[in-house]
Amino acid sequence: MSETFAFNAEYEARAQTIIGRYPEGRQQSAVIPLLDLAQRQAGGWLPTEVLEYVASYLGMPKIRVLEVASFYSMFNLEPVGKNFVQLCRTTPCWLRGSDDLRAAAKDVTGCGLGETSDDGLFTVVEVECLGACCNAPMVQINDDYFEDLTAESFKAVLEALKRGETPETGSKVGRKGSEPEGGFTTLTAEGA
Amino acid sequence: MPNVTIDGTEIEVPAGITVLQACEMAGVEIPRFCYHERLSVAGNCRMCLVEVAPGPPKPAASCALPVADGMAIKTDSEMVKKARNGVMEFLLINHPLDCPICDQGGECDLQDQAMAYGRDGSRFEENKRAVKDKHMGPLVKTIMTRCIHCTRCVRFATEVAGVPELGMLGRGEHAEITTYLEKSLDSELSANVIDLCPVGALTSKPYAFVSRPWELAKTESIDVLDAVGAAIRVDARQTEVLRVLPRLNEDVNEEWLADKSRYACDGLMRQRLDRPYLRENGKLREASWDEAFGAIAAKVKGTSADRVAAIAGDLCDTESMFALQQMMGALGSANIDCRQDGAKIAGPRGSYVMNTGIAALENADAILLVGTNPRWEAPLVNTRLRKAWLHGGARVGVVGPQTDLSYATEYLGAGPETLSAIADGSHEFASVLKDAERPVVIVGMGALARDDGDAVLGTVRKLVESCNVVRDDWNGFNVLHTAAARVGGLDLGFVPGEGGRSTNAILDGAAAGEVDVVYLLGADEIDTAKLEKAFVVYQGHHGDAGAHCADVILPGLAYTEKNGTYVNTEGRVQLARQAVQPPGDAREDWSIIRALSDVLDAGLDYVTLGDVRTAMSAANPVFDQVDVASIAEWGAFGSDGAMNAAPFESPVTNYYMTDPISRASETMAECTREFVNANGERTGTDG
Repeated sequence: MSETFAFNAEYEARAQTIIGRYPEGRQQSAVIPLLDLAQRQAGGWLPTEVLEYVASYLGMPKIRVLEVASFYSMFNLEPVGKNFVQLCRTTPCWLRGSDDLRAAAKDVTGCGLGETSDDGLFTVVEVECLGACCNAPMVQINDDYFEDLTAESFKAVLEALKRGETPETGSKVGRKGSEPEGGFTTLTAEGA
Repeated sequence: MPNVTIDGTEIEVPAGITVLQACEMAGVEIPRFCYHERLSVAGNCRMCLVEVAPGPPKPAASCALPVADGMAIKTDSEMVKKARNGVMEFLLINHPLDCPICDQGGECDLQDQAMAYGRDGSRFEENKRAVKDKHMGPLVKTIMTRCIHCTRCVRFATEVAGVPELGMLGRGEHAEITTYLEKSLDSELSANVIDLCPVGALTSKPYAFVSRPWELAKTESIDVLDAVGAAIRVDARQTEVLRVLPRLNEDVNEEWLADKSRYACDGLMRQRLDRPYLRENGKLREASWDEAFGAIAAKVKGTSADRVAAIAGDLCDTESMFALQQMMGALGSANIDCRQDGAKIAGPRGSYVMNTGIAALENADAILLVGTNPRWEAPLVNTRLRKAWLHGGARVGVVGPQTDLSYATEYLGAGPETLSAIADGSHEFASVLKDAERPVVIVGMGALARDDGDAVLGTVRKLVESCNVVRDDWNGFNVLHTAAARVGGLDLGFVPGEGGRSTNAILDGAAAGEVDVVYLLGADEIDTAKLEKAFVVYQGHHGDAGAHCADVILPGLAYTEKNGTYVNTEGRVQLARQAVQPPGDAREDWSIIRALSDVLDAGLDYVTLGDVRTAMSAANPVFDQVDVASIAEWGAFGSDGAMNAAPFESPVTNYYMTDPISRASETMAECTREFVNANGERTGTDG
């Protein structure tokens, strides 16, 4: 990353659009979306200089930006790998085998929870419920959900990422949403 | 106005206040940690829970709940008791039980309220959390494990001090209070967070592990390290002043105190003059009072009166200045001056005081600062100006030094040129003042302590008249002093008499051999190199610049050791009180002059301090009106002369060291290193 951070042209335009949504003098309200933009551009995390850039961009004290950035778990204040793997270990996922996923992640990436692989490709962290309990167990990698995982299917996803491919997102058992596996079990009658 | 029932008693309260405030008006105590009447409402400690009907059947946080007509508030019901019990149990989950080694012990809100509202034990059996201590500078010590996250300190720094550097990072169990990147809290008011902290998380670094509150003798007094005259409480153990805390005075300092006033007190134990000294063969030697007086008498009696002069310093009480003035008068000398910086002020009282009054400054809607940096010259005046800007949207124009005052300012120019332009109406800011309802002009010593100070004052006078700043119901002309003794000295008329010499003329005369005897009453901030030829008597409490050039040293008392009258920059007469016994052979200043006057055959007939005060009041009745900022008379002042073009500079170049006491203070030296010379090079003598 360059010495001094600044939004690129695309993000600059998006930042202006976001700020434009708020009344004059209330541009500080845009701090969360702007931090998100900045994090995307800065490689998945927010170094101090990027935080300070956002602070001066919005004309707010640096500590106020740091407060926001440290409050939300979606903002990373430490460097992360190219693929940021968020492994859900809350009760439904845990019951459905998140421990196996953790072991699989360790096998493929070498990362335990909270660790980053030496090649900089992966960071694996544990998170609380991501709201896809019907499709447990699941992980979020960068912006995408991978659901209905098994150790094997999760390994395949990680291997694909390792090779630089883009694995298919969503359910690994072919579900489109949170409908029951193997077809509907109720309300099956025609015209019902 | 709403009628509410509080614990069965009906009371009428003003609309718009909170339930907590209503309860206080009814005389019912509500426990609280995060609520503070001078800060915004946070509502996060939950200690102030009460039962309110009508409303949901659960306790409500009274600090954030507006009163409404017909409310029935219960503060002593079973529900409230249980709620407080529970909140306290939660607060104590992560609070260490280290009261025996905590500096807050004995004056801790959490300790007191746990006794009054807590339960006997905790059901929490897990480990408590531990938090790393944070660096907040040389004054504020942190033990962050004790923090209960009330955020009073964060709100103070952001709202009152105007330095948004404190914040709460993380959340829930992992929340921590810190400064940004753990830098020092760069504010002259930083230590007020120590008073605000309801627990022992932020404590006083210089006072760490020094004493327990119940060991201290507490004396209510007045601060003299700037011209604000803040109300203070001096806490002392035996002869040592251990700390200085603010007292409530809504008219002056509210409940804040600036860092120098609070922490220069360790300077009171260093560099003290505790016995008379006499210079013999170029060296100072200890002497008795008789010897010292004899030496002075031998010199003065052989000198004609017009070759004798006296300069009073910045920390003098008015009684000693009055006594010195009387003695000089009896000797027949008119060479006296209390303006050791050479400020050109002496005239009707209205020309040298802060006419608007410190408290009223916050109502101003247009402010012009001339040659002053209030943040360093008078931090507590600066907080009022910040309030005017923050709450009233006042426009602040600056002519003179361009500094960060903790609020938005418009830089108009560096010196006299801009001032003249505003005075003759050709500058845009003139109309801002004219159109304002409550305009304020504040002139600092940076504009007046110059050779052309009289002309500057004259121009400011023209300005306030042309811009209609002084009206029948509003006087917006203000002089901001930097010396606690100055207004008192001017009230006494401690200025050159007919044909007398002013400070600069005394110094020049001494250098030219025209003045033979110079009496320095605590005057250190002068060019002492010019006094080499003269016979110098220094009366004061610290071995500072004045004592170094003295031929005779008479040890006087510092402000914590004597009863004295001081007049603050708004002309408020206040009494400082003795908190500790003086060191060694030092004597009360007025009595030294009284005794010396006998030896010089210029006998003053005062026996007690009361006699001096009576005579002082007879000379100027203003000294009778203690604790009142009376309306000062207005009249002609200043002159029409030409001003030179040099920019106005603030006289305070280092906030932390402005007088003999703060220069002798280790704490202030550390602050100087940390804040003033932060980027400067270190010298070999730096610690």
